[in-house]
Amino acid sequence: MSSTGHSPETRVFKGISASPGIAIGKAFVLEDMDLAVGRWQVPPEAVKAEVSRFRLAVADTRKEMIGTQQKILKLLGKTHARLIEAYLLILEDPLISKDVVKNISTNRVNAEYALSEAVAGAVKTLEAATDEYFRERRHDVLDVGRKILLHLLGHEPQDLEDLNEPSVIVARNLTPSDTIHMKTQFAEGFATDIGGRTSHTAILANSLEIPAVVGLHEITRHVRPGDMMILDGYTGTVIVNPLPDVVDNYRREREIRGAERRDLERLRDQPAQTIDGRRIALAGNIDSPAEIKNLLANGAEGVGLYRTEFLYLNRDTLPTEEDHYRFYAKVAQSVLPHPVILRTLDIGGDKLVDLGFPELTKSEQNPFLGLRGIRLALRHPDLFRTQLRAILRASVHGKVRVMFPMVSGLEEFRAARKILNACMEELRKENIPFDEKIEVGLMIEIPSAALVVDYLAQEADFMSIGTNDLIQYTLAVDRVNDEVSHLYEPLHPAILRLIHQTVKAGHAAGKWVGMCGEMAGDAEMTAVLMGLELDELSVSPGLVPKIKKVIRETKFSDCHALVTEVMKDPSRDNVQGLLRRFRNR
Amino acid sequence: MIERTFTVLNKMGLHARPAAAIVTALQKFESDVIIRKDDQEVDGKSIMGILTLTAEYGSKLTLIAEGADEQSVMDNMTQFFSDQVHEE
Repeated sequence: MSSTGHSPETRVFKGISASPGIAIGKAFVLEDMDLAVGRWQVPPEAVKAEVSRFRLAVADTRKEMIGTQQKILKLLGKTHARLIEAYLLILEDPLISKDVVKNISTNRVNAEYALSEAVAGAVKTLEAATDEYFRERRHDVLDVGRKILLHLLGHEPQDLEDLNEPSVIVARNLTPSDTIHMKTQFAEGFATDIGGRTSHTAILANSLEIPAVVGLHEITRHVRPGDMMILDGYTGTVIVNPLPDVVDNYRREREIRGAERRDLERLRDQPAQTIDGRRIALAGNIDSPAEIKNLLANGAEGVGLYRTEFLYLNRDTLPTEEDHYRFYAKVAQSVLPHPVILRTLDIGGDKLVDLGFPELTKSEQNPFLGLRGIRLALRHPDLFRTQLRAILRASVHGKVRVMFPMVSGLEEFRAARKILNACMEELRKENIPFDEKIEVGLMIEIPSAALVVDYLAQEADFMSIGTNDLIQYTLAVDRVNDEVSHLYEPLHPAILRLIHQTVKAGHAAGKWVGMCGEMAGDAEMTAVLMGLELDELSVSPGLVPKIKKVIRETKFSDCHALVTEVMKDPSRDNVQGLLRRFRNR
Repeated sequence: MIERTFTVLNKMGLHARPAAAIVTALQKFESDVIIRKDDQEVDGKSIMGILTLTAEYGSKLTLIAEGADEQSVMDNMTQFFSDQVHEE
């Protein structure tokens, strides 16, 4: 959409989307204080009074902040209140208190000027920091400086109390004390000059579910109070004085998104259960603890595949047991009461060359058939043990399961299990607690494992089918090779048979069987997978609502009948026809 | 005057939370405390000062305490650091 329509005052700003949603409304502009203040000389006899005036302003600021802190603690909780603690520390910082008093006393300047000098100095030092985090703290210093200045000048603290009609709030920055008096029902959206995804504005907007765009640089300069505004928190776009048809478009968009969200929210707390009562565990595949919040918000019941590989990437040294432990404990705790499956290291040897395994430099001709997954772990048991010990230690913090990748048969599973048992024995000797009943499983992703799955099912506590590799190895198709990628066929009868056998073997041994490959997240396949009696599907977080919706709209008995039909003639054409009819039934 | 050197073993370095904890702890003491990193010295009771050190993982910090309760300061800091920072 164009910003240069017929209406000359239409302007489009791009910022950082900090909280999703669309806000449409009039601008409420919070005016900003300029810290540039005049300098004048204080007569020698008034220096003492000037110092006390400054101390009084600091004391008043502190009182105001503590009051705000109490209110925030009550209304928004600890995370927000902690922001005020940082402000209080800055307020008490000798760089402000001592230096300002010294400047007033020795140079006989007015308190406002001495304060602005001290703040400017601190901001300058922080600006020079190479670390983004430290640089960002200069905004906190500026905010504290402004608050003291307001008290020095005897201004009423400015806040959002005057907000009396639904508005989009435009400000340089929103501090906790700005927002505390805000009547949230009138806040349609937040647009700020500064800030990132982790700023106070973003945290607040997310917890209040108010759309927000931050980092808009100079939006406060270009918006007048009462200007019509559209704020798109999905894309980080803000439109000031939009054309009427643009407003209509966004209204429609807002309605559609709202309806989608309501659907999703309704679904979130519903079980993944068919019409006729068959329940399946619907979990998610993730790489980092940061994804858990979103995963649970999407209505997943646990983590069906936690890829531990990222812990080994982008670093110069091997992760220590503590590094592993910290992440795993975090994941285990944050998914409770649901379980998490931690899959042990599944990378190729080439990724470890820089981490102290120079002998792995030799490039492999067929890396997919080479030293990776459990093979690499068994070749370097120390590496493996570090990870297993951490997993075991983390198991006391939640429901942790451990899963081995790339197992081709019994020997590898037993060898891995033996190392795990040795780690358990070590921990017992060291009196370190772990879950003695931790479930130990493996990925079924190599055809040879699928073909001896009845033996594996005797010894493993669970199995999870990794379809990406299983399909690629079974059909001998490299799906990133354009010449053969059309042969990559999840519904190939050979694949369906391997899945079927795996589930049957698992159930015969009293074990549960899941699927964590991409096939699990393909809504077209859900009915077949349900009919094959998989106990768990683990998909990427964004796909959870869609798959759950399909499950809840399907009858298990129909899925069962579908699979019976499929197995009678598992040719591709027949299966696709059956699926089409099933969808349109 | 007492001096003692520590290595930052917190993976994230001396970020806001540990820095704030140090300042809050030191404010209770009378002694002046200086924190030195390489050739930069800051007031241990200044949050902004500590932040400007940008003490990352592995950096060495020397604490210099001077005053009536300097021994208590060092005891307190040693105790405090023992969790995340190994004394040298």
